[in-house]
Amino acid sequence: MAETLQNLLLGFSVALSPQILVYAFAGCIIGTLVGMMPGLGPLAGISLLLPATFGLNPIIAVVLLAGVYYGAMYGGSTTSILMRIPGEAASVMTCVDGYAMTQNGRAGPALAISAIGSFVAGTLGVLALMLLAPTLAAWALRFGPPEYTALLLMGFFILAYMSGGSVPKTLAMAALGLIFGMVGIDTMTGYTRFQFGVIELGDGIGIVPVAVGLFGISEILLTAGGAEPPKVQRPKLRQLVPSAEEFRLSIGPIGRGSLLGFLIGIIPGSAHIISSFVSYGIERRLSKHPERFGQGAIEGVAGPESANNAAATGAFVPMMALGIPTSPITAVMIAAVMVHGILPGPTMIQQQPELFWGFVASMYVGNVVLLILNLPMVGLFVNLLRIPYAYLYPCILCFCLLGVYAVANSVVDVWIMLAMGAIGYGLRKFGYDLAPIALGLVLAPMLELSVRQSLAMSAGDYLIFVERPIAATMLGLGLLIMLLSLKPLISKGKDWRASVGLESERS
Amino acid sequence: MPESNETPKAAPRGLRNDQFSGLMLIAFALFLAWENRAYPVGTLSEPGPGYLPLMLAIFLGSMGLIVAIAGGSSPLLSAMRWLEARRAALILGLCGLAAFALERIGYRLTVIAVLIILLGLVERRRPLLVAIVSLGFAFLSYYIVGDLLLVPLPRGPWGF
Repeated sequence: MAETLQNLLLGFSVALSPQILVYAFAGCIIGTLVGMMPGLGPLAGISLLLPATFGLNPIIAVVLLAGVYYGAMYGGSTTSILMRIPGEAASVMTCVDGYAMTQNGRAGPALAISAIGSFVAGTLGVLALMLLAPTLAAWALRFGPPEYTALLLMGFFILAYMSGGSVPKTLAMAALGLIFGMVGIDTMTGYTRFQFGVIELGDGIGIVPVAVGLFGISEILLTAGGAEPPKVQRPKLRQLVPSAEEFRLSIGPIGRGSLLGFLIGIIPGSAHIISSFVSYGIERRLSKHPERFGQGAIEGVAGPESANNAAATGAFVPMMALGIPTSPITAVMIAAVMVHGILPGPTMIQQQPELFWGFVASMYVGNVVLLILNLPMVGLFVNLLRIPYAYLYPCILCFCLLGVYAVANSVVDVWIMLAMGAIGYGLRKFGYDLAPIALGLVLAPMLELSVRQSLAMSAGDYLIFVERPIAATMLGLGLLIMLLSLKPLISKGKDWRASVGLESERS
Repeated sequence: MPESNETPKAAPRGLRNDQFSGLMLIAFALFLAWENRAYPVGTLSEPGPGYLPLMLAIFLGSMGLIVAIAGGSSPLLSAMRWLEARRAALILGLCGLAAFALERIGYRLTVIAVLIILLGLVERRRPLLVAIVSLGFAFLSYYIVGDLLLVPLPRGPWGF
């Protein structure tokens, strides 16, 4: 412990140098702006800045890129809350209650709690990274295809459980999302599925056009043509600050979200996206008033945002401790370090302690910088709501057009966004929840690949999912959660029996 | 006084929302299963590229069936209000034209046109404000994303 603290002091001596602070600040600002733009997620921001880091020393390069990564996580929640446009996949769940809070005139507290939750989760994540990186990385390596399958299926079981409305409708939307995720080249056989003659669909359907279309465009289509436009909000200063009750309600979700997000984040792959969905489901289950979720429950913002940021920190564990890139973002960051002749991994901590500990310390610093940047900006962002909706929605439409086009410079993505907007409009009119579609789309390729890899490992034997303890535990938990989700249907059946007098025959 | 024997009112007849949406899901599932016939399904122990899509189509159809069967108590489809549908269709159509024009006339001209139509013709705002917002948004967004962040955006005639 003493050695760790000493190393951390070394790290802070590096991270708090004026030059590093300036780059951390710059990275956070760029990341926040990038994160607010749908389509320009952290990967795009980091990739664009990578060439600029070649001339910098490795510590500055990593600090700058990590700042962009963190900042993008913060920025994504801003547009989710204010405009119902998720900046990236991990912000989808924030749209649900965050935007509802905006409609209720509580945009300021939503943004503030999002920033505070992200700060706490990021800080706790850095603490865990610092103390437990090698141990957790070794645990993460035990995750193979069967464990991955179980984790993803557990995510879907939780999805069914967290459904506030009809379970069949929720499951249908999850299936629809999975189907959308099947479009494109099958990685195991090379078959191109459901391309319909459109070459660009060979790469599959991206999450950004779908999320922006389903949430952002559908919201505009529903609202812009309404009989009365949304009221212009003129928030007073005291309305920007969360109430004592909102703070109290947020403590538990922030703590739980931080732990959950970090544990999911250290698992290789992009499964960290499900951390926000799982967190939302858990908070809904634990709440004494689950009917508030979807109507502007602060827990629905605090939990997913904390899980999101903790997962972003957790993703660095395998990267720094083992030199294994677990996602495209960490792969680019490893590239940024390797350009300078340094190989991340177990030896880096001994051979380049100032790089490792400087990076850890800069993550603390980055969290503080983002909180300092974002909290005062809450008032600025909320003032956007003073703009009459007649001016706001055309600009949001163009903003979506720009962001989605910028993903891959493809007009096909724009068409997909518009198609999803129309589909989302129709589904919302008929009372369907759209979040499961986004989850299904993201997880489909991973789920299919992990199932088929697992069966290849076991020569077609499905018992592999039961024989491996981690996989069996997660599947068991998932099934239990699924059965709990069916409990209201069973109870309803009993009520029906009582209402037709079957119960009275016993007495 | 004799008791009045009021017969309970019968539920209004007609297709219900959930019945309709459930049928739509079933129709989509059937379409998917039809398109999936081109891909080898494989076996349970060695699933092919068509296996999971087929399973999902069956699952989606099943959920659609459950929604349709259980949808007897949902509101009538004919009672659903579509007050915003006309404007929604207009907005969507305009966005479609914008997607068509984007790589032909360039980002800036497309955005200017979209904003002028929406703000000026649809929302009937003051011309000066419409001009300021249209030109301002188009040029500012192009500068930030295209010039500062170096994201290539389509240019129109004469490189504009």
